[in-house]
Amino acid sequence: MNRQIAKLALVGVALVAALIVATTYWQTWATAGLNDRQDNEIQRVAQFSIKRGLIRAADGTVLASNRIRKVGGQTLYFRRYPQGGLFAHVVGYSTQSRSRSGLEASQNDYLTGSSSNLHTILNTTLDRIRGATIKGDNLWLTLRPGAQRIAMRDLQGKCGAVVAIDPRNGKVLVMASRPTFDPNLVERNFERINNIRSSCRPAAPLLNRSTDGLYAPGSTFKVVTASAALDTGRYTPESRFVDPGYCIEYGKKVRNAGNPEAPETFGSVNLITGLQHSINSVFCNIGKTLGAERVLGYAKRYGFYEDPPLETPGNERSPSGLYHGSKLFRPTDPVSQVDPGRLAFGQEALLATPLQMAMVAAGVANGGVVMKPHVVDRVTGPGGGVIARTHAAKLRRAVSTQTAQEVTSMMIAAVEGGTGGAAQIPGIRVAGKTGTAETGIDGRYTSWFIAFAPAENPRIAVAVVLQDQTGFGGQVAAPIARDVMQAILAGRSNP
Amino acid sequence: MTARNRELANLVVVGILTALGFASVYIARQEVVSTASLSYAGFFFALYLAAHVVARLTVPFSDPYLLPMAGLLTGIGLTEIYRLNPSDAFRQGLWIVVALAAFAVTLFLLQDDYRRLESYKYLFGVSAIALLVLPALPVIGTRVNGARLWVHVGPLQFQPGELAKVFLIVFLAGYLREKREVLAQGRLKDFGPLLLIWGGAMLVLIETNDLGSALLYFGIFLGMLYVATGRALYVALGGGLFLAGAFGVYHLVGHVRDRITIWLHPWTDHAVYCSINGKQLPRQDCASYQLVKSLYSVAHGSWFGTGLGKGTFTTTAGGDLIPYLNTDFIYSALAQELGLVGVAALLLVYMLFVARGFKIAMLADDGFSKLLAIGLTFAFALQTFIIVGGILRLIPLTGITLPFVSYGGSSVVANFVLLAGLLLVSNRANAGRA
Repeated sequence: MNRQIAKLALVGVALVAALIVATTYWQTWATAGLNDRQDNEIQRVAQFSIKRGLIRAADGTVLASNRIRKVGGQTLYFRRYPQGGLFAHVVGYSTQSRSRSGLEASQNDYLTGSSSNLHTILNTTLDRIRGATIKGDNLWLTLRPGAQRIAMRDLQGKCGAVVAIDPRNGKVLVMASRPTFDPNLVERNFERINNIRSSCRPAAPLLNRSTDGLYAPGSTFKVVTASAALDTGRYTPESRFVDPGYCIEYGKKVRNAGNPEAPETFGSVNLITGLQHSINSVFCNIGKTLGAERVLGYAKRYGFYEDPPLETPGNERSPSGLYHGSKLFRPTDPVSQVDPGRLAFGQEALLATPLQMAMVAAGVANGGVVMKPHVVDRVTGPGGGVIARTHAAKLRRAVSTQTAQEVTSMMIAAVEGGTGGAAQIPGIRVAGKTGTAETGIDGRYTSWFIAFAPAENPRIAVAVVLQDQTGFGGQVAAPIARDVMQAILAGRSNP
Repeated sequence: MTARNRELANLVVVGILTALGFASVYIARQEVVSTASLSYAGFFFALYLAAHVVARLTVPFSDPYLLPMAGLLTGIGLTEIYRLNPSDAFRQGLWIVVALAAFAVTLFLLQDDYRRLESYKYLFGVSAIALLVLPALPVIGTRVNGARLWVHVGPLQFQPGELAKVFLIVFLAGYLREKREVLAQGRLKDFGPLLLIWGGAMLVLIETNDLGSALLYFGIFLGMLYVATGRALYVALGGGLFLAGAFGVYHLVGHVRDRITIWLHPWTDHAVYCSINGKQLPRQDCASYQLVKSLYSVAHGSWFGTGLGKGTFTTTAGGDLIPYLNTDFIYSALAQELGLVGVAALLLVYMLFVARGFKIAMLADDGFSKLLAIGLTFAFALQTFIIVGGILRLIPLTGITLPFVSYGGSSVVANFVLLAGLLLVSNRANAGRA
């Protein structure tokens, strides 16, 4: 009988061994998949037992904190956003009922103390062993609440965005988007967020227009075209053009801005005047000479055609460039596929995010070098020690220093004696460029303004966009840019 | 070191481990539990010392590892039950006292010669069926979760099926020992009483919807028949009959059909009819709710677990996330809090217990002892496999207790009687050698 017993023993042991194998499967291999499932309430609850790190602005203002609630002997931490809608798009939200957004989503590993940082791993492991509450790391952002508040005030009642960057290091100082939402309402009353009244359709209050809103850049793109014109050596600031009020492309007249029956006409001008008064025919001719491929090439150097580098989630950022439908269009044969004249003054299916246009201004401001924009300045541990710090990093050189200087002086001219007069700040020299893009609906424009200041030693570069405007960029967008620049420059000069 | 001293040393280790377990639950949940948790460990250790003394008196030569392993498993179970619901742990503690009493009584009664049980084999067989029928009787029987398994007498509730398992094994061991040669020749007439009693048990189980036990009894029967006759053909035949029967039952009984569907497709992307509330819901929110939530619990444990007392079993509103966590699903609670490292060790204890059981069967020198030992051991292994395998989706999930660990009085009592049986067999074999 012992032979049979041995065989049955093998079966008995194999049965238990199978259980070990199956357990291993579920606890290692299948874990990630199960944890991601929508109906996995354990994951949803468990993350609330972690004391999430705080999110603070540059001056220490708390943007996201915790509300403690005890449930069944377990201490749970829920989010509170003391600043309401002011920083809603960048900070995002972390709730039970919906998934996370903004930095709350992309920086979740730091905020929950589950990042791969050695110091963090050591701390959380010790906490786990001691049975203590696991504490997340804190985020310190580069955003300035004072300037942010002014941007949001100026945007009140409008649909649009403001992005301000320190051109020297890429620190994002302001990132404002309207309409906004109160992240404290996401859990309790999501309906109220979606049913807001707004001047645009769709209102899309959850959309971060600064990084995910795509708008025709209009004449602000002339800064890119001018960069290409000068940097290629084909033109100088003194190059002469004759403006009859239109430019001829494919045998048709493309008119300057103004009344279509009687467009502005400037006659014989140079490139400086062309940018100063935003003369379409000048840039149209530059575009025809340089060709679409070269103009797009310079746009790419400024960051077009790539996801703008920022710490927010990838699905909340869009690349700028030519669009066909809702997809980024990469021309295989630019000569036949792209209209170079209209491209050169920022029409032709070209769409850009406010962040991208702020990067263009910042690139010019920084002597032709575009710095990598970032919004997280540093990460500190629960004890206060710095765990990670974002260092200023070069994205790439877009144009030569000389080109940057020449474009700067043209942008100064645009503010001091051209279309951007509304951006002037007493005692400070401002360089800027207006933009008014057609939306396809008569009498409705996208208004832009990009600028930087002080022009000799820039500390801030800004992009403002407003949807569905009737006025020109110089009238509505430029004053907002001025207010924001003033707020930053009036503050401590270099904190 | 003598066997009994080795047992005592092992029990001391088990006592320390249990005390550590209770201490960590106490540290993690100070707001909920009190220092009384530590007295549990002391009480528990005293109980096992008493069991050890009984073993010393009655079965001095028996295997020294089985009692400590059983102690470790009950200790882990009691700790986890205490962590989930302290008042349940108090009741479980009382049941462990009852179980150890039954253990002692069994040892004292049968220490001289347990082999006389063989002459009462038919009595055991009939009693097994009687026990199984009890819950189906009106007034005292109650239905829980679609199955009639419980008997209520006043405030006490008891699941007679657990004890019936041990009785049936005694019957099978006796009958198969007597008839093994003729059965091996395949004379149909000799199968009569066997099929009568075993078939009766199966019928009762299917009638009361206790599918887990039905599967368990079937496995025990095939395993013992194989060892007794040495004919693999019978196993194949039995397996074939089982599949045919399962196929028939699948088509006839909705309850069984549901279990299989849940097993194969616990998640659906679209809404399906939910028979619980008549709505259209994804299956994970309805029929396979328990299985899916319990898998999430297992997965959450990952490599090292959340730690005893630190697991997540309630919603942010304080409601239960996983139903029947104490009983059928205690393994998924342990998997979450102890992690792979912890539950793999737990399963290794089960594996070691099984291995020791089979070793005892090998060493025994008479047929009845061998069959009794493999019956008890295989039952133990199979029961573990059926519930944990069900939780881990190796097989369809059927409600049955995890030996020694789950909350449930009848289960603990039956498993201690099972343990006593193994010790008796082992004692006799080793005494002959000594």
